[in-house]
Amino acid sequence: MAIRLADGSRNRATRDAYGEALLQAARREPRIVALTGDLRDSTRLEAFAGAFPDRFVECGIAEQNMAGIAAGLATCGKIPFVSSFAAFAPGRCYDQIRVLIAQPRLNVKLVSTHGGLTVGEDGMSAQAVEDLAMMRALANMTVIVPADATETAAVIDALVAHDGPAYVRLGRSAVPVLFDEGYRFAVGAAPVVRDGDDVTIAACGIMVTEALEAARALAADGVEARVLNCATLKPLDEAAVVAAARETGAIVTAEEHTILGGLGGAVCEVVAASHPVPVERVGIRDRFGESGAPRALQDAYGLTAAAIAAAARRALSRKRRG
Amino acid sequence: MGQTPDVPALEARAREFRKTILRMITQAGSGHPGGSLSAIDILTALYFHHLRVDPARPQWPDRDRFVLSKGHGCPAWYVVLAARGYFDPSHLWTLRRIGSPLQGHPDMTRTPGVDMSTGSLGMGFSAAIGMALAGKRDGRPYRVYAMLGDGECQEGAVWEAAMFAAHQGLDNLTAIVDRNGLQQTGRTEERVRLDPLAEKWRAFGWEAQEIDGHDMAAIVGALGRARAGTGRPEVIVAHTVKGKGVSFVEGVVGFHGKALTQDELARALAELDGAPAGRG
Repeated sequence: MAIRLADGSRNRATRDAYGEALLQAARREPRIVALTGDLRDSTRLEAFAGAFPDRFVECGIAEQNMAGIAAGLATCGKIPFVSSFAAFAPGRCYDQIRVLIAQPRLNVKLVSTHGGLTVGEDGMSAQAVEDLAMMRALANMTVIVPADATETAAVIDALVAHDGPAYVRLGRSAVPVLFDEGYRFAVGAAPVVRDGDDVTIAACGIMVTEALEAARALAADGVEARVLNCATLKPLDEAAVVAAARETGAIVTAEEHTILGGLGGAVCEVVAASHPVPVERVGIRDRFGESGAPRALQDAYGLTAAAIAAAARRALSRKRRG
Repeated sequence: MGQTPDVPALEARAREFRKTILRMITQAGSGHPGGSLSAIDILTALYFHHLRVDPARPQWPDRDRFVLSKGHGCPAWYVVLAARGYFDPSHLWTLRRIGSPLQGHPDMTRTPGVDMSTGSLGMGFSAAIGMALAGKRDGRPYRVYAMLGDGECQEGAVWEAAMFAAHQGLDNLTAIVDRNGLQQTGRTEERVRLDPLAEKWRAFGWEAQEIDGHDMAAIVGALGRARAGTGRPEVIVAHTVKGKGVSFVEGVVGFHGKALTQDELARALAELDGAPAGRG
């Protein structure tokens, strides 16, 4: 069953949706507190800080301490949302996240903006292209990459109700609004956003938009691609991935992340163990980024609909050779 | 706990705890005797005189919190928690064994009375600050205590945390630095110099006291003074001796992370049995 899509006319950054969604959630749920490390503007928490000064914690440029403070707050019944750039959280506080949050399974939500290459001009030190692999490796950790602003708001609501640690990766730049207001998000579900039986494209984040465009291009050549929105990398919807392998016989993964250890890795693990079929991974090929406009970087690093369509054709030809 | 300390009784307890700690670590075959013995007098004062806790209700929302940021000293903490009634003392003899509630480093999901899992140095302190911040923001009456190792103060995150706590005016927070002068491979002052340690804390906006961390009356007095509201967090730099109480362990770097052999244990227990109460 395919999901209803928005008309495609609007663009919005997922971080903008986050700031608004958390503010609304905080009005309903008094346990929510928000922490940032001198990034209340970039992570879109200024309105939250203004509305709830007693529930906002400015930690300064000190991500290690911020992660620890969040753990302590969680033991006192708070629901801390910790926001920084993906390069810094998890990058600057990984062991704190591991020992103080993931191991005791505390109810801390790490929501990082500026994930991936599309940070753009600030260049490779600011571009987290390995954060999903880092977080996916932690036991107890839920890992989510929303595809658009609508899904981001739904993810925040779902996480308020979800007990346990989670990492959400958001982007800096405006991206198309894919889903209409009726969209339902469930942790651990990979909904089919386009039906097809020839090949599956499993995508997350900004690559869902690219996957849908690739599917349209493939359809023009008579290839019907199924598109899965794998927003939850962990726990991965293994049933949806295995069904895709069984029913379409070939899979392309697409992520704004290294192809090692993220969505591509996760899908390969499941497919290899349960129903081996050809898998082609679209993503960053074991290298770091560089400065440039977001779109130019997507083109240069192969994070495009064209790259996905080409990968789908490779996967199809491997499937036929089977 | 009572407001008038019975110092000789606390000293007698601490001497018995020293023996149990050494037995436990030798039985486990590994662990950290040195930093457990340097911390035990302070832990005894906290749990048998100072903290407002109720072992029958380990999740009581208004309990005082204690975080052992120097998590490797946990054998000393486990002995005190068991004696205080948080769990059956028979568990002490399962330390570090598979399936034990008493892990090699503190695990809040397994051990009643442990409010924060720790292990890697320099981070439990931040969690304690989060607890103190929650107490302040919610107007709760509890205090939060964190014990750090002195070597641990080489971790940069300790100073991120110290800066933050002072900025927030967390006078419901007491840090205790177990200043035993040794770290894993040598003297702190030879690895990366810490002195003047109390002055560093003062420069970060903390009220600082320096005491003899084996003088029970001084420990109790310092903890009591730290209760008074000052608008500033409070640090007690407790000058201690690693391995305190056993002559051939005291000040010996090699006993940072090594269990005593059976022969060494027998000699240590004999020494502790022969020692006058309190200066164990």
